[in-house]
Amino acid sequence: MTKHKRKDFSLFDRALAAQAARSAVAKLDPRVLSRNPVMFVTGVVALLTTFIFLRDLVIGAAMTGTVGQIAFWLWVTVLFANFAEAIAEGRGKARADSLRATQAETECRRLTGDPAVHENFELVSSQRLRKDDVVLVEAGDLIPADGEVIEGVASVDESAITGESAPVIRESGGDRSAVTGGTRLVSDWLVIRVTAEPGKSFLDRMIAMVEGAERQKTPNEIALNILLVGMTIIFVLVVVTLEPFALFSGTSIPVAFLVALLVTLIPTTIGGLLSAIGIAGMDRLVKANVIAKSGRAVEAAGDVDTLLLDKTGTITFGNRMADAFMPLPGVSERELIETALLASFPDETPEGKSIVDLAHKMLGREVDALRERVGEFVPFSAQTRLSGADLTDGGEVRKGASDAMLHYAGAKASLDLTRIVESIGKSGGTPLVVARDRRILGVIHLKDIIKPGIRERFAELRRLGIRTVMITGDNPLTAAAIAAEAGVDDFLAEATPEKKLELIRQEQAEGKLVAMCGDGSNDAPALAQADIGVAMNTGTPAAKEAGNLIDLDSDPTKLIEVVLVGKQLLISRGALTTFSIANDVAKYFAILPALFITAYPGLQALNIMDLASPASAILSAVIFNALVIFALIPLALRGVRYSPTTAGELLRRNLLIYGLGGLVVPFAGIKAIDVAVSALGLV
Amino acid sequence: MPQTLSAYVPATTLEGAKQLIAQGPAASQIAIKQLGTNGGGFFNVNSAHPLENPTQLSNLLQLLYILLIPAAFCFLFGHMVKDKRQGIAIFAAMGILFVVGLAVVYGAEIHGNTLYDTLPIDQAAGNMEGKEVRFGTGLSALWAEATTAASNGSVNSMHDSFTPLAGLALLLNMQVGEVIFGGVGAGFYGMLLFVVLTVFLAGLMVGRTPEYLGKKIEAKEVKLAVLAFLSMPVGILVFGAVAAIVPSALAAVQDPGPHGLSEILYAYSSATGNNGSAFAGFGANLPFHTTLQGIAMLLGRYAFIVPMLAIAGALATKTPAPASAGTFPTHGPLFVVLLTVVVLILGGLTFFPALALGPIAEQVAMLADQTF
Repeated sequence: MTKHKRKDFSLFDRALAAQAARSAVAKLDPRVLSRNPVMFVTGVVALLTTFIFLRDLVIGAAMTGTVGQIAFWLWVTVLFANFAEAIAEGRGKARADSLRATQAETECRRLTGDPAVHENFELVSSQRLRKDDVVLVEAGDLIPADGEVIEGVASVDESAITGESAPVIRESGGDRSAVTGGTRLVSDWLVIRVTAEPGKSFLDRMIAMVEGAERQKTPNEIALNILLVGMTIIFVLVVVTLEPFALFSGTSIPVAFLVALLVTLIPTTIGGLLSAIGIAGMDRLVKANVIAKSGRAVEAAGDVDTLLLDKTGTITFGNRMADAFMPLPGVSERELIETALLASFPDETPEGKSIVDLAHKMLGREVDALRERVGEFVPFSAQTRLSGADLTDGGEVRKGASDAMLHYAGAKASLDLTRIVESIGKSGGTPLVVARDRRILGVIHLKDIIKPGIRERFAELRRLGIRTVMITGDNPLTAAAIAAEAGVDDFLAEATPEKKLELIRQEQAEGKLVAMCGDGSNDAPALAQADIGVAMNTGTPAAKEAGNLIDLDSDPTKLIEVVLVGKQLLISRGALTTFSIANDVAKYFAILPALFITAYPGLQALNIMDLASPASAILSAVIFNALVIFALIPLALRGVRYSPTTAGELLRRNLLIYGLGGLVVPFAGIKAIDVAVSALGLV
Repeated sequence: MPQTLSAYVPATTLEGAKQLIAQGPAASQIAIKQLGTNGGGFFNVNSAHPLENPTQLSNLLQLLYILLIPAAFCFLFGHMVKDKRQGIAIFAAMGILFVVGLAVVYGAEIHGNTLYDTLPIDQAAGNMEGKEVRFGTGLSALWAEATTAASNGSVNSMHDSFTPLAGLALLLNMQVGEVIFGGVGAGFYGMLLFVVLTVFLAGLMVGRTPEYLGKKIEAKEVKLAVLAFLSMPVGILVFGAVAAIVPSALAAVQDPGPHGLSEILYAYSSATGNNGSAFAGFGANLPFHTTLQGIAMLLGRYAFIVPMLAIAGALATKTPAPASAGTFPTHGPLFVVLLTVVVLILGGLTFFPALALGPIAEQVAMLADQTF
């Protein structure tokens, strides 16, 4: 159901990586660095350690080499974090550049007088168009700006925006009147009223979003940042007070070693990857062809409690299809099928085609031989309300609604017919009565066909704790039957825009977060009221303005994916924070015995990793701390693996991987680095 | 126990020495001090005194009094939020931490002091230094665990004489913020601080804005929780560090080596945690310590309670969201374990370096037969 047409960049694309490496250095600028408190602290102490190294070099102090290496790895820590952010931004920029290419300046015809008169125009640059200008666009032209069609019908190639190569129809009035700047007209002409000021167009917003230029921290990101700052303050207190305690114990710890302890304790892993996770989350959304107007909307999507989905096109295919042939007593099934087939061969409507398909399925392809017997097609008309064919042998076959067919047959409904028709109606289907030569043979059961896989999707959502509500214009009986078959939790039948709005307000009053998707202008109030409103790209400008997410594929099931992206974003942050904190345990066991070896040699008992020397232990912990950021960049960009399941199960799994893993991994990692450090004779 | 307004009674001991037996309205005061987790002794040696805690039965009753109200708060909370399971979960987390602490204290004490191994001292009953014979190692360990966990501070044995590892457990009980049952009310809101932090991390990991009892935990609550949490490291580490290097403060320290640092840490942990018990070798009666510990007490109480009340206020104004399958349940065993681990890890990470130079260094020295 999803189309992943956009190019996916390999994780470390060579050109991207080179660019990111340069920008990682540029990001050392204190003004940039200070936006990330954890990394700012790391940068400051790296600078401090560098000064100490230079001073030691001049006065020729002991362990200068170790101090120099610590300083080096502290800088590497900051650079890795900057690199993570830069590579995430770089991927967004690359995507933005390809979008920008479509935004090239073009000449366009601005109508100067009456919009109905196409001859009075002036040629202006697309950059100079203002809101409410009216332009004429002809086949082959780029549409110069976002706008609404006020006259004409044309097909438009929107592949630059949506990636979908098949052109789409755009016409004035109705729900298909919005056009996007940068798309190309492939046939006919349109008169368009511009709806966006220059620089504020849809494409501009999309570029800003993927570039991260307009990225504002989301509420949960802010909260997490506060926690990280708090932990940094706590560990600053821990490390600063350690020196007086050491002095009391008759020893003094070199400042470079205290710095090493501080940097390994503060949450550098999550601090370094936090913004990369956010940017990458946006990027994943763009890849799914969804544009978020704010990061807040994506995060809120993870919290959704209730999902409102339109029946048609989302849960069911747009049309009703034949599901079964139900003959009256005394009529063979074969006779009914053949008659229905004869009545449907020339019928080009989706219902007619579905009858032919079902007949093929039941009797095989051979029945196509019957086609020769069809004489003249009798199309559906409002008067007769039935359709069919006159046969070459003079017979008549007809199909239609029950009352129309009874009128045609000039008969009263038999008990059997009434029973069949009513049972089909009760199950949510539509009965189509079939007759031959005015004799009623039986009924075709037409029903809404549920899209394959949708039931499983709803079950998934239920496990996530999300309630699905089907919105339909059908009567309650039909709606209930389809709702039961599709596996939605609830339905809103005979829905009107007012009813939708009321439903959303009611859910929100219960403290629930509501998501919905829509395309029509009459959806706009509900889209605006919903916490997450996904507007279809094919929708009206009003709908697109009211929603906070826009789906370029206009696929209503995309909402489900948006929810998953939102959740994955939060999970990635939480998991890496847990990992970061859990890491500290091993770092204590590496560094503390090394720091206290002169005061209390007995504390070597804490050196459970059996690290080679104090200097090697401290250096190994610092190196591990830096490398782990680099190693986790792919995870930050990709997001933590996530499959829908209950919260308890999810937590158990993530705690096992990132909590327990975070405890164990650094023991192995630091030991391995220590072996390498001492083998290479670095200290 | 005496309950009288009569004067002290003079007595002649078996050796013929004159002795003045102190007495007064002890019984009523003892009930108050234990039930209110106050802990101040009627007699100087507190509940180790035979007239303040004469028998094992009085010991049992007093222990029960120490824990009664703080533990009951868990159930009161469950009742107030109309979900008893929430209260039981917090009670279970406190209970686990209590039992683990008790196991460490008792295990270390019953093992005895290895420095005495070569001396003609019978340690079959464990480390009996500073303990009353009528209580023995077990009841002394139980009391020590209860009084440090519950922010009570009354003692029936001398904590200064405990083995280093047992001392570490007692220290940690106070340093995590007196949240293992804790003081009357104070312990419970302290534990809620950890609940907020746990729910925040766990909530992110299940992919939702974290919520507790349907209330969203957002930037404001996290900020206040961090602020409250900071009062412990400031009161214990910062004040303790100052006390460890200011020369005029060092006169209070009785013992050289790591035990001296343990005494300082204990004094400031006890003050910040509003506990009141002490490593008795520490002579806190110096202007420096009385001033700084007074500030530590204010900090540990008010710098903690004000942000917590602010969190309560912020949460009270929020509309509760109904629970769904996507909501992380805060009553199951998983949450209990997680909360316990968060308390231990956050407390451990904050105080481990200082503890390494104090009780841990002392413990390894003791095992290596090294003295200072």
